[in-house]
Amino acid sequence: MAEAAPTLVVRGGSVVEGGTSTRADVVIEDGVVVAVGEGLDVPAGATVLDAGGCLVSSGLVDLHTHLRQPGHEEAETIESGTRAAALGGFSAVMAMPNTDPPIDSAAVAEEVLALGRGCPCEVLVAGAITLGRRGEELAPLRELAALGVRLFTDDGSGVQNGALLRRALEYARGLGVTLAEHCEDAELAAGGAMHDGEWSSRLGLPGIPAAAEEAMLARDLALVRQTGSPMHFLHVSTRGSVALLKAARAEGLPVTAEVTPHHLALTHAAVCGYDPAFKVNPPLRTMEDTEALARALADGTIDAIATDHAPHPPEAKDLPFDEAPPGMLGLETALSVSVQALRGVLGAEEVITRLTTAPAAIARVSIAERPAATAQGGPLVVGAAGHLCVFDPEAAWTVDSIAQASRSRNTPFAGTTLQGRVRHTVHAGIPVVLDAVAQR
Amino acid sequence: MSVSQVEAELATPPRVGIGPHLLSVADLGADGIAEVLRVAEAFAEVERRSIPKVPALRGKVVATLFFEESTRTRLSFETAAKRLSADVLSLAVASSAVKKGESLRDTVQTIEALGIDAVVLRHASSGAPEQVARWVERAHVINAGDGWHEHPTQALVDCFTVRQVLAEGAKVDPATLGVSCFEGLRVVIVGDVRHSRVARSEVLAYSALGAEVVLAGPTSLMPANLDGWPVSVAEDLDDVLGSADVVSLLRLQAERGSGSFVPSLREYTAGWGLTRERVARLAAHAIVTHPGPMVRGVEIASDVADLPSVVVTRQVTNGVAVRMAVLFLLLGADSALEGLGSTRG
Repeated sequence: MAEAAPTLVVRGGSVVEGGTSTRADVVIEDGVVVAVGEGLDVPAGATVLDAGGCLVSSGLVDLHTHLRQPGHEEAETIESGTRAAALGGFSAVMAMPNTDPPIDSAAVAEEVLALGRGCPCEVLVAGAITLGRRGEELAPLRELAALGVRLFTDDGSGVQNGALLRRALEYARGLGVTLAEHCEDAELAAGGAMHDGEWSSRLGLPGIPAAAEEAMLARDLALVRQTGSPMHFLHVSTRGSVALLKAARAEGLPVTAEVTPHHLALTHAAVCGYDPAFKVNPPLRTMEDTEALARALADGTIDAIATDHAPHPPEAKDLPFDEAPPGMLGLETALSVSVQALRGVLGAEEVITRLTTAPAAIARVSIAERPAATAQGGPLVVGAAGHLCVFDPEAAWTVDSIAQASRSRNTPFAGTTLQGRVRHTVHAGIPVVLDAVAQR
Repeated sequence: MSVSQVEAELATPPRVGIGPHLLSVADLGADGIAEVLRVAEAFAEVERRSIPKVPALRGKVVATLFFEESTRTRLSFETAAKRLSADVLSLAVASSAVKKGESLRDTVQTIEALGIDAVVLRHASSGAPEQVARWVERAHVINAGDGWHEHPTQALVDCFTVRQVLAEGAKVDPATLGVSCFEGLRVVIVGDVRHSRVARSEVLAYSALGAEVVLAGPTSLMPANLDGWPVSVAEDLDDVLGSADVVSLLRLQAERGSGSFVPSLREYTAGWGLTRERVARLAAHAIVTHPGPMVRGVEIASDVADLPSVVVTRQVTNGVAVRMAVLFLLLGADSALEGLGSTRG
């Protein structure tokens, strides 16, 4: 809150809380919400943002963002990535540690945190579980936790060595942190380029079976049971994983899970033209999987939506399908795609809860862990941080991969017309996106 | 067919338009396959002439771009192009800019800038020809084998060869058989279907023509999922050999890692090899095809490979006529009309 923020009135929208919305204006002063209610007076000199017909919520929180800096600035920087995040309505993103060097030391974590200051959304840092993400020795979890790191993951791959992961879970107890797994058995997935099924068989592409994810998830659940330490599961993609998580939750294991917008919206049939824009890990699965994921999100088996925003420059994606790296952009389209994909299963307000309250709790940045004035994920009440996402459910827009704020263009939704768009984003009381245009 | 009949045939506009690319057998459909076979029959006639060359594609440039080792397919395409009087640009990947880190897209756009009319592409990555077809502006793209995906001209060669043998058996001209001779034919494809681009193209071609396709091989070498494939699967080769009209043997592709899919070559041969004992169970009229290169002693016993019912050499010979037909049909019969006219004039 270095800048002197003017008084801001967001007028004419409906404030989202607990999966429903109520007509209310929001007034923010000095970066903090000072009034929420219908027909509030506009203080003299205040800036007014029109939110007519819009859903107004706390800023979105992304649990899974690849900002690529340090090391792969040709794909994304913290500056470009947070601009993309702001355009998507996010007020916090969790930077994944698979940078180069990886975030496995205090020095790198501090660099990323420093680069994140002054950006149009808060940059949270996830640390690696193992040094170099090599799966051999533990990273300095305690030292990183002292810098504010609350989530640890070797994302990009899972920790293949079960004994090492068990030690990590035990060591993490008492640090107030959560380990997160990219569940993928490296041997079962070896060489795979897409989901192992009908389309991989037809297209002649090596497949990644659902069992590669489910086998590691089952092992990890056994380790959670063994250690009692909490665990978060990244980008769950199969109906078998949903069944495992459902049983684990019924048993009372301390587990949480996320799903990406693309795993809700797309299936492996999208690979039919060999466009590497549709190559992602875990791979796009079947229609039965997408349906099971949507139901799991609705019934609470899966807590949150997370983007797995994974930028790659055009030259990296302009390759034969099996040679191109996996990954898709996600920040700028996340809310629109999720609302559209979940239509008939979850209303927009419920979708927003899974992009605010739920991920903020998993990231340990919610009101339960932080003072209200700096907490992420709401609730949007007097005293809360002035982070807002103003979403117009009626606005239709066509995704232009070149016009995206990201340095990369690898959105699978290029040319797609989406219904519903983030109209304004406010971060710490400052409008960083106005009428879908980034202000810096 | 006399020389003038051949040329009259070639001068007739194609009965079915094909193209602009040949990426998959699915691009052709039954009518397209029939048209390729019809035109190939005419070119087979050209090949028997003392000077087996026609000016049909004079002035056209065909580039062969092979990112994977191949002798027969590359030579076959280049021979076909030369017999049609096209200029052939043969890009040796080993000595090209590709080795300096140039991308496939840039390589293709560079050679297209040289004014080529067709790219014949062989690539280890499934789908590469489809991607290349999106990157070129006007060149025709012909898939000469992509990863595990497809090898359409090989399947066309196999259909052509099978029809030729059937015609000889019936003592008729193959052209008079059309493609009706494939209806109800039982084709058994044996072996490493999972890693085989020939198998995927053959399944599409034979089933489009009305044949009944059976896949036989250990499940570890079958595709993971056969939903939507117009095939049945035999778990025991000996159950289906007796009723087979055509047996298509596939090579066990050790270089694609299929070695770990079966315990040993010995065990593979015992279960799925075309041994002398198994040949004895084949019907007298059964035809055995193999896309080559054959590994004698693994998928086929050495003395079986030399039996007259094994038509491997014929497949190689026919490869040229079939690829001439594909090039001719894709690169346009219009210019061919002029070319043929001038030879006769």
